[in-house]
Amino acid sequence: MKLKKSNSIMLLASVSILGLFLFPLWNITLEAPQYPIPLGMDIYINDFADANPHDIKNINLMNHYVGMKYIPESIPEFKIFPAVIIVMSIIGLFLSFKANHKWFLSWFVVMLVLAVAGIYDFYLWEHDYGHNLDPKAIMKFTNPDGSIMGFQPPLFGSKDILNFRAHSYPQLGAYFLAFGMFLSLVAFWIGKKTNPKTNESH
Amino acid sequence: MKKIIHFITAFAFFAMLLSCGKNSQNGTKKQGALSSNAAEKVYVAPGEYDEFYAFISGGFSGQLAVYGLPSGRLFKVIPVFSQDAEKAWGYNEETKPMLNTSHGFVPWDDLHHPDISQTNGLLDGRWVFVNGNNTPRIAKIDLTTFETTEIIELPNSAGNHSSSFVTENTEYVVAGTRFSVPIPQKDIPIKDYKGNFKGALSFIAIDPEDGGMDLKFQIMMPGFDYDLAHPGRGASHGWFFFSTYNTEEASTLMEVNASQNDKDFIAAVNWKKAEEYISAGKGKKMPAQYAHNVYNDQTHMATSTIKDEVLMLDASELPGLVYLLPTPKSPHGCDVDPSGQYIVGSGKLSANLTVHSFQKMLAAIEAKNFDGEAYGIPILKFDDVLAGVVDQAGLGPLHTEFDGKGNAYTSFFISSEVVKWKLGTWEVLDRQPCYYSVGHLMIPGGNSREPFGQYVVAMNKITKDRYLPTGPEVTQSAQLYDISGDKMELLLDFPTVGEPHYAAGIRADIVMKNSRKIFKLEENDHPFAIKSESETKVVRDGNVVHVYMSTIRSHFSPDNIEGIKVGDKVYFHVTNLEQDYDVPHGISMIGANTSELLIMPGQTETFLWEPKEVGVWPFYCTDFCSALHQEMQGYVRVSPAGSALPLSWSLGED
Repeated sequence: MKLKKSNSIMLLASVSILGLFLFPLWNITLEAPQYPIPLGMDIYINDFADANPHDIKNINLMNHYVGMKYIPESIPEFKIFPAVIIVMSIIGLFLSFKANHKWFLSWFVVMLVLAVAGIYDFYLWEHDYGHNLDPKAIMKFTNPDGSIMGFQPPLFGSKDILNFRAHSYPQLGAYFLAFGMFLSLVAFWIGKKTNPKTNESH
Repeated sequence: MKKIIHFITAFAFFAMLLSCGKNSQNGTKKQGALSSNAAEKVYVAPGEYDEFYAFISGGFSGQLAVYGLPSGRLFKVIPVFSQDAEKAWGYNEETKPMLNTSHGFVPWDDLHHPDISQTNGLLDGRWVFVNGNNTPRIAKIDLTTFETTEIIELPNSAGNHSSSFVTENTEYVVAGTRFSVPIPQKDIPIKDYKGNFKGALSFIAIDPEDGGMDLKFQIMMPGFDYDLAHPGRGASHGWFFFSTYNTEEASTLMEVNASQNDKDFIAAVNWKKAEEYISAGKGKKMPAQYAHNVYNDQTHMATSTIKDEVLMLDASELPGLVYLLPTPKSPHGCDVDPSGQYIVGSGKLSANLTVHSFQKMLAAIEAKNFDGEAYGIPILKFDDVLAGVVDQAGLGPLHTEFDGKGNAYTSFFISSEVVKWKLGTWEVLDRQPCYYSVGHLMIPGGNSREPFGQYVVAMNKITKDRYLPTGPEVTQSAQLYDISGDKMELLLDFPTVGEPHYAAGIRADIVMKNSRKIFKLEENDHPFAIKSESETKVVRDGNVVHVYMSTIRSHFSPDNIEGIKVGDKVYFHVTNLEQDYDVPHGISMIGANTSELLIMPGQTETFLWEPKEVGVWPFYCTDFCSALHQEMQGYVRVSPAGSALPLSWSLGED
């Protein structure tokens, strides 16, 4: 069986997103003068991991001074996200063998919605992490307007938080996801061009 | 304008007069900031690293100091033979066994000669070996932790001075005895010295994997004083050379009586031959008591074992094991050049340096052309083994180092100078004064096939007016010279810890990459370690109480303990749960008759507290660990001896 070009690309798209299981999705890095090797956390689709040994423990130690909760060992998302990606990959594979380009677009749209939902979920967690502070915190900081200072890391980009400079950027896993989604669009495009309604075969 | 130029010229001339002194016969010298950029050469900008580590002995301080070169900045004083309250060395329960000897606990020694481990004749930067002179011991410092991890005592020795030098694959660390003594010790008149006193040379085998030390054998030698030593290398690998004095075998008024012979000896010991004799069963086991102390980085504890036997080879009975090379006037330094070809004897009461040739020595041995013998050990003829003499180089030569470019540098104690001369032609090339009375010299990598011939460090015995005065006792000092050019240039004076007898230096990049940042908590096998706060507890066993305590920023767990009674022996086993670089915690208890603890991340240490009074007594963190360091404190409630109050402990309960 020989796949059409568009279907081959869709196949590649479906496989690409599995890169999320090999590489971190996101990274948060905290720089400060006392940390010549910055503290960092890699967020995988199913795990929080130290960028260097013991980084998360040391981030927790820093953050407890301002009343932030410890970064949990696990979160429900670590079960949900991998399942979603595997299901989407299987659907994508199915489509690449059995369906035409219109389905590829559908797959892209669904994946996009899921990705946006995932990022929103990440934002909510970050917001809670940065704002839901222990009322007995050792050090309490307020903004110039008198409100309690939050310590939410940026969703994307870099930001100063007290003595730290926090960086939050997507990593290779996220690029694999984006690349897969882009490929599904390409597959749709090529499929649309080479497959007019007459459905003529090569 | 012209006036100003005149003034400057006159000033410069005056400065030259001052700095040249007695050395003006060799022409003008570059010295001081006026004529050079010395400051620039030793300046290491903030945040940048020195190019070399220098391990400089602390002499009577008993410790080893770690400096950077060229800056001369002090990084660490590694406790070795002396108790160190700052680091709890010899005070905490874990390290007390390190200072155990056959004479019991000896809290001090006189640390003289560091040498760095080698592979194929090159410094590998794994360990530094040092000798304790007084109660003869050899210690090993691990350069991943910069801590002393092993100490072995040497039996049949006294004044462990011609030590602790490594062979070119670190097969052995070799030690000699400065004082000969009756072997085995016995109750005899001191005046019966001659013939009854013996010297033992010790060969400590080093495990190539973990550096473990094992006293493999000793060689029984005549009752001379064995002063310094160095290994052969290259062609002379397999030989070891020891300088001797008191070949007169005097036992009183030594300064006179041990200085009568025109020539003493350099003893050439064929240790490969010794190994053959041992294989052939020629060694004799003799009873001997000596301690072997080992510190383990996993249990964070030391153990001390008393050994009871040593394998002895008698140089008087085993032909070919030792030859004696006549060397003028009580030689001190006994230094082998990077090629292994030349053995330089520094006759300290002479003006000349004597250089022996290893090839000539072999030829003379082959020809059996001996000039008599001493206690059955053949004496070679002076002229047969002589390679050359550096004539009238200075007064009181002590020690020679090499730059790997064919030049040698000798310290002269009496004339207080470093003299540069050329191997082969024996001509003096340059000389620079030392302030004052230089003992030994150090070129990083000097005792290897490939010295890093950029700097020489002179270690001085006297400083007098060189620094701000500090009462009758003033600082000891080292001086750094740039030797990269034709002429030496004094760059820097820097104070040292204790008396700097000797040093070893190594390029920093060889060592720094192996330096540990923390101890892994999961690898902590201390019997009283805890891995998390949930494991903290207090356990009573009769009147002995064990506190399993943890530290993490910024609290102890537990920090409230009740149920302790007067007369208890309370052991605080404190584990630092931190796993971050450079976050030690300390702890000290009011009235504890010991030092603080200083606990590295992942480590467990123990101190003993014996409460004598009823009350509530505080303890606190002694190392500024964090913003809440000052709050890192706790209380122990002490009840009367017969109190029924049960043990309880807590953290954060109101």
